[in-house]
Amino acid sequence: MNDIKLLKAIENNARTSLKELSLMLNESEEDISKALYRLEEDKTICGFHTVINYDKTSVENVTALIEVGATPRRDTGYDSIAEEIYKFPEVSTMYLMSGKSEFIVIIRGKTMKEVSDFVSRKLAVIEGVNRTETYFVLKQYKVEGIVLEDEETEDNRLRVKL
Amino acid sequence: MSQYVSKRAKKVPLSGIGKFCELAAKMDDIISLAIGEPDFDTPWHIRDETIYAIKKNKTHYLESRGLLSLRKEICNYQRRRFNLEYGVENVLVTVGASEAVDLVFRTILDEGDEVIILEPCYVAYTPAIIMAGGVVKTIDLKAEEEFKLKREALINAVTPKTKAVLINYPSNPTGGIMTKEDYDELIDVIVDNDLLVITDEIYAELTYDVKHYSIAQDERVKDRVILISGFSKAYAMTGFRIGYIMAHSELITAMANIHEYTIMCPSSFVEYGALEALRRGDDDIEAMKLEFERRRNYVVGRLNEIGLKCHMPKGAFYVFFNITSSGLSSDDYAIKLITDYKVAVVPGNAFGKCGEGFVRISYASSMDELKEALNRIERMYNDTKECR
Repeated sequence: MNDIKLLKAIENNARTSLKELSLMLNESEEDISKALYRLEEDKTICGFHTVINYDKTSVENVTALIEVGATPRRDTGYDSIAEEIYKFPEVSTMYLMSGKSEFIVIIRGKTMKEVSDFVSRKLAVIEGVNRTETYFVLKQYKVEGIVLEDEETEDNRLRVKL
Repeated sequence: MSQYVSKRAKKVPLSGIGKFCELAAKMDDIISLAIGEPDFDTPWHIRDETIYAIKKNKTHYLESRGLLSLRKEICNYQRRRFNLEYGVENVLVTVGASEAVDLVFRTILDEGDEVIILEPCYVAYTPAIIMAGGVVKTIDLKAEEEFKLKREALINAVTPKTKAVLINYPSNPTGGIMTKEDYDELIDVIVDNDLLVITDEIYAELTYDVKHYSIAQDERVKDRVILISGFSKAYAMTGFRIGYIMAHSELITAMANIHEYTIMCPSSFVEYGALEALRRGDDDIEAMKLEFERRRNYVVGRLNEIGLKCHMPKGAFYVFFNITSSGLSSDDYAIKLITDYKVAVVPGNAFGKCGEGFVRISYASSMDELKEALNRIERMYNDTKECR
C-alpha cells in the first residue's frame, strides 16, 4: 500500500468510497480500510471537511485574519500562548509565522461585532499577546484550492477525437 | 470538381467514423469517452508565459528549426526524463507531432518504399505515408500479447522494399507499451534489414507501473531512430500545436530544409509557452499522471467486474477492450451505446481492420463522469445478456 497515493486520492474528494478507492488504487478494500485507520490514528489524516461558500446561504458569516504579536514565555515559548488562542472554537486556523507578527489566526464569526468582541475580550487579553491587527475578508475568491465562482469549468473539447 | 483531386490524394482513406462523429455531435447530454486529449486545463504558468510572450512582442518569425533555447531545453528534458543524449543539432521543433509525422515520411520515402505500421494505431500514419508516395504494410497486433511488436511478426513483414517501421508506444489506442527486453528482441532484425525506426512517443510521460523506455536509448540503433514527441499529452497543450523531432543531424537537416519552406517556423509565442513547460512543468506531469493512473485502475477494474475482460494497459489514457461478447460489431456497439445509453466510445475498427471487435475508451474524463459512464456500460451489458 502506497500511503501517498492513497492520500492524494482522497485529498480533493473525501467522499470517495472504499470500493472506489480499492479500484482506483488496485488494492483490497480491507487493506485500504486498515491504512485509512492507521493514518487517522497517527494524525496524518486530521479530518474530513466540506468547503462551503456560506455567502450563497442565508447564514451570516464573517471571516477575519488576525496578526498577533506575542512575547514568548520563559518556559513554554510560543506554544502555550498558541494553545490558549486555538482552544477557542472561533479559531479555525492558526500558524506560527516568520516576519513581523508571531501568529496568524483565522477566525470565523457571525458578525463583525462578534469577531471584534472576540479579539478585544478574549484574544488581546491573553498574557504574552501584545498586539493584534484584524483584517476582515470582503470577498472569497479561492478557498482550499477551489475557485468559488469558476466560470472556466465547461469542457470545450471536441466530442470525438482519435 | 473531384476530377481535379489528385490520384494520390484520392488514395487517402476517408475517416471510418464520420457518421459516428456526426451522431455524437448532435446528441445532447452524452458523456464522451471518445476524446483523445487530456481533460486537464493547460497549467496556468504555461498559459501565462505564452500570454507574456505576446505582450513582450515575441510575435515575429523565429529560427526555423525552433528557438535555440527551446531546442536546448528539449535536450535537457529528454536527458533528465528518459536518459537520452541529443544535441541541438538533433532537434527540429514542429507544429505538433502531426507535422512531424508528415515531415518524416516526406523526407525519407521514395515512390514505392514500404513502411510497416502496427495496427490498431493512430489514424494519421497511413495518410502521411500515402501522400509521400510510400506503401503501407501492416502488422496486426494481438490483445493477448498486450499489443506489443513481436520479433516474428516484424521478420514476416519485412521485404527488400521496407524502408522503415513506425512504432507508437505508449500506444493510442491500445495503451500498450514496450520494455527494453521487448525491444532487445527486435534490434538485430532492424539492423540486418537496414530499417529506420520512427518512434512516436507523444505519450511517453503517461507510462504507469514501469519507467518509459525509448528504443533511442539503445546505442546499436540510435542513429536509425527518428523520435517524435510533443507537448500535447504531457502538459495538456493540444491546442498549442507544438511538438518536435529528434534524430541524426543529417536527417534533421534534410527535414529542416522542407520544414523551412512549408512552415517557416511554429508559432513564436507558443514556443515560449513550451519552454516554460519544460523548465517548470515536471510537477504538472506527475500530478496529471497520478490522476490518470487512478482512473485507469478504476476503469479497468470496473470493466473486469462487469465481465468485459481486459488487460491493464500500461500507458497513454486509453483502454482498448473486446466487446465481441455483446454479439455486436464495433460500430453497432458504439452506436447502440451512444444512442440508448448516451456514452460515446470509439469503435476499434477506426484504428485498423484488426481493431474490429474492440472499442476504445479514453479515461481523460473526470472520475464522476467515468463512474456514470461505466454504470451505463454495465447496464448495456446486462440488457444485452439475453442476446448472448
